[in-house]
Order: sequence, then structure tokens, then C-alpha cells
Amino acid sequence: MPSPRYWREMPQRYRYEASKCSKCGKVLFPPRIICPACGSRNFTLTHIGNEGKVVTYSVIRVAPSQFVDQAPYTVAIVDLGEGVNILCQIADCEPDEVKIGMDVRLEFRKIQQEGMDGIICYGYKGVPK
Amino acid sequence: MPYVWLGEIMKDVAVIGIGMNRWGELWQKSIRDLIAESALLALEDAGIDRVEAMYIGCMSSGLFTDQEHLGAIAPDYTGFCPVPGTRVESACASGGAAFRTAFAHVASGLSDIVMVVGVEKMTDVDGAKATFALATAADQEYEVYNGVTFPGLYAMMANHHMHKYGTTRDQMAQVAVKNHKNGMKNELAQFRTEITIEQVKNAVMVADPLTILDCSPITDGSAAVVLCSMDTAKKLTKKRLVKVVGSGHASDTIQLAQRSDFSSLKSTALAAQQAYKMANRKPADINFAEVHDCFTIAEIMVIEALGFVEAGKGGKATIDGLTAIDGKIPVNASGGLKSKGHPVGATGVAQIVELVKQIRGEAEPGRQVKNANIGLAQNMGGSGASSVVHILEGV
Repeated sequence: MPSPRYWREMPQRYRYEASKCSKCGKVLFPPRIICPACGSRNFTLTHIGNEGKVVTYSVIRVAPSQFVDQAPYTVAIVDLGEGVNILCQIADCEPDEVKIGMDVRLEFRKIQQEGMDGIICYGYKGVPK
Repeated sequence: MPYVWLGEIMKDVAVIGIGMNRWGELWQKSIRDLIAESALLALEDAGIDRVEAMYIGCMSSGLFTDQEHLGAIAPDYTGFCPVPGTRVESACASGGAAFRTAFAHVASGLSDIVMVVGVEKMTDVDGAKATFALATAADQEYEVYNGVTFPGLYAMMANHHMHKYGTTRDQMAQVAVKNHKNGMKNELAQFRTEITIEQVKNAVMVADPLTILDCSPITDGSAAVVLCSMDTAKKLTKKRLVKVVGSGHASDTIQLAQRSDFSSLKSTALAAQQAYKMANRKPADINFAEVHDCFTIAEIMVIEALGFVEAGKGGKATIDGLTAIDGKIPVNASGGLKSKGHPVGATGVAQIVELVKQIRGEAEPGRQVKNANIGLAQNMGGSGASSVVHILEGV
């Protein structure tokens, strides 16, 4: 992954930065320059919550090359409230312990690594609350 | 606000030629061979030797074969230079989107005879690279970055559908069983074998609850069609005329997580709404359909979005035989993506090839739909972030 591409997303992955539409209040994660709900271009900086519920999930058993060492692992869509749903991995529990409706908290974790020589890429994963 | 088609078609458009070779792992064939072979078959079927423009549906020739600029390769290797060529990309919906673009091209009067070729050459890279290329249809930074795969996205929809509507593992498996049963009789299909519900459920797990037999395969292949104005079609062909009566195309958020519902396909519902309106038809008028069963759950969600069954009833309808070859509305008589194969950019065009074949009554015995007069094709990109729907009718 080219470094600028990784660096650009750090505010979202490290600090959960999102934008809140000044007109309709919709919270956009990641931020955008136009609100898809009302068309407004005025936003204020906000942060997504770090607690939510699993809405749906799956266990990845055939993984992409950079995740092969982690398989099997669980991915889920988590409802963080305020209309924000995100996709993330669920860590610190066995795949068969994950259920729809489960409460999770986001934590800062290593996500992937660019081979032996590249940078380590971080982000958020959900863990059981 | 959803887009609604309001205008009138300037010219009626017909499909007068179809061409397709058998799909599979075609080591001996390059992407240019695949394009030229189907193009020449379609030309022969139409009984013509030249077209005025070409559209090429292809998702990712760059990542799969290091070759872009198919807008030049296609006319060049089909012997059509200096005819203009344009590649259309919309992930797995590239073929359907290319067909729609060609339809608009002919309907507008810009050219009279236009060819669409759909192609994907997927086996020049290994499985990991192919998985990477396909995953570029999802959100790279917020889906793929976190380790989700395409089967994983559809598996999350499947789990949601099961949780919300009580859809069962057997109902999903039946989609694959039915499509293999049809594909077994299709001479052009990649996998011509029957499978059972038990085999589907007990196959290697890819992303829970989907096994490898819930997933469409990696395939090399192409398909081509020739479109022209109805006036010209009447002069050129003695075969049954097949008119493009409805066309729809809609998008949804690139991220699955950003949708309001994870067990319905809004883009397909909206594209279908447009196509039904243009055709002045309703779901009950459709005699048969080719739909995008990239995963078994997808076919269940698609028949719901198309209005063939109510939301949540797709699984039960499938196991009850509604969509079987002798059912009320046969779905994927070709074998679908599951059995026929899924060279992503070719799929949407191959669906049109199949509709024309069925409407002309040229399908193989055992999978020819009875009274196939009005057919619908639904082609989808990503996790449903784009959908294209066409309705064709024999005249």
C-alpha cells in the first residue's frame, strides 16, 4: 500500500474522525465533501462512538493474501448509533461466539502488514464488551 | 430521489446476433482470442460482416492480464478498424452496463448497428491475485482494508437474511442445485455436473454460512451480441426478432455497511422499476429470467428485488420450485453464474445471449423454457452497488 494512501486515512482509523452535516445532522464516516442525504457542503468535525452492536457478521476462512495468517477471523457490520454503521473485524473471541446483537467496543489494533519490509497498518477492531 | 425514466425511445432496438463459446479455464486462449471469437460468432449469427461501433464490457483486464485499452484491441482483433470501441466498466455489472450503453447508442440514432462484447480472462493470475482483483469492486479503504472478501460481504447479507426472515441453509443450497441441474444441459457451461443440497452444505467453508459451492467460480470467457434499429433488423434477419423493450440501471452505496438494509438489493429494485416502466410490463408478465447468482443468497435477494416474490420469501419460493425450469418463472435456465461460470465482464452480455436463445427457442432440450416470449436479465456489480436490468421480448 503506498504510504500516502495509508496516511490519508489515519484521522479515521486512529481517531474515528467523522463529519457532521450542519444542515441535516447526518454523521458521515469517512467524511465526504457533500452530504448524500441533503446535499449540504457544510460540516463540523465530530467523532464516531466506540461502542455498538453487531448487526450481521461472517467468518472469513478463505482470506486475502495479507490476512492468511489471521484466518479464520470474524468480520462484522457494527451499528455505532447516530446512523453510523461500520465494517470491522471482531477480535478477542472465538468466531462461534459472535452473534447478531452482540455488544462490542472498538479498540486500536494492528490490521495488516506490508510483507516483511513494509509498514504495519493499524485501525479499529471490535472486541466483546 | 430515485431516477424515473420519463422519455420516449427515439428508435426501437432489436438484438439480431448472439455469439458465445464454451466457458471454463481456457489456458490456450488470450483475452484478444476470447473477444474475437465471440464477436465473429455474433456477426455470423446476425448474417452481417461489419458493425459501426463496439462496446466492451470488462471489469479488470488490467489487473487480470496487464492489458487495458480494450476499446482499441476489440475492433483491431475483430477486423473492424477503424470502427470506434469503448470499454464500459461497472465491476461485475460491466457487461450489462455495456449493453445498456449500446442500446442507448442505437436508440439515439448515433449508429445503426452496434456490437457489444463482454469478456474477462481470469486465469492468467493465481487465486490470490484474482481475489484481489475482484475485491476492487468493494470499498478498498473501509471494507477490503479490514479483511473482508466478496464471499464475506454476501455471507453477511446471508446471515442477515436468515436472521430477519428465517431463510435456511437448505433454501440457499437449492439455488446452486437448481442452477447446476440447468447448467448440466447447457453446452457452453463451465461446470456441467449435478450437485446435491448435502454436497453444497458440506463443501469447504469460504465465509460462514457460504461454502465453495455457494460461490460462482473463476472463469475465462466472452459473449457478444449485435444490436440494431428495428427497421434495419427487419431487413437483415429472417430469425425471430427480439426487441429490447425495457432497460434500467441504478446504484447504491459502495459500502454495504452504509445501506439502510443488508438483506435487500435497492439498486436492483430501482433498476427493475425503470425497466418495467419502459416495457410497460409488471413482474407477473415475465416468462423467465437470468439473474446474477454470484452467490446463492444473491439469487434469493434478487428474485425478491425484481418483485417475483415478496421480500423474505425468496428462499422458500426457490425450494418450492417456483424458479425451476418447469416452475412458474424459470430463473437461470442457463445454469446461471454458478454453473455456467462467471467471467465477470462477460456475464451481463451472456445473459442477453441466453434471453435471445430462449426467445428464439434455440436452447438445448431439457432447459428450453416453454413459451419463452418475455425474458428479463439482471446483472449486478459489487455487493449490489450497481445493478442493470433489461427486458427483451420476441416480436
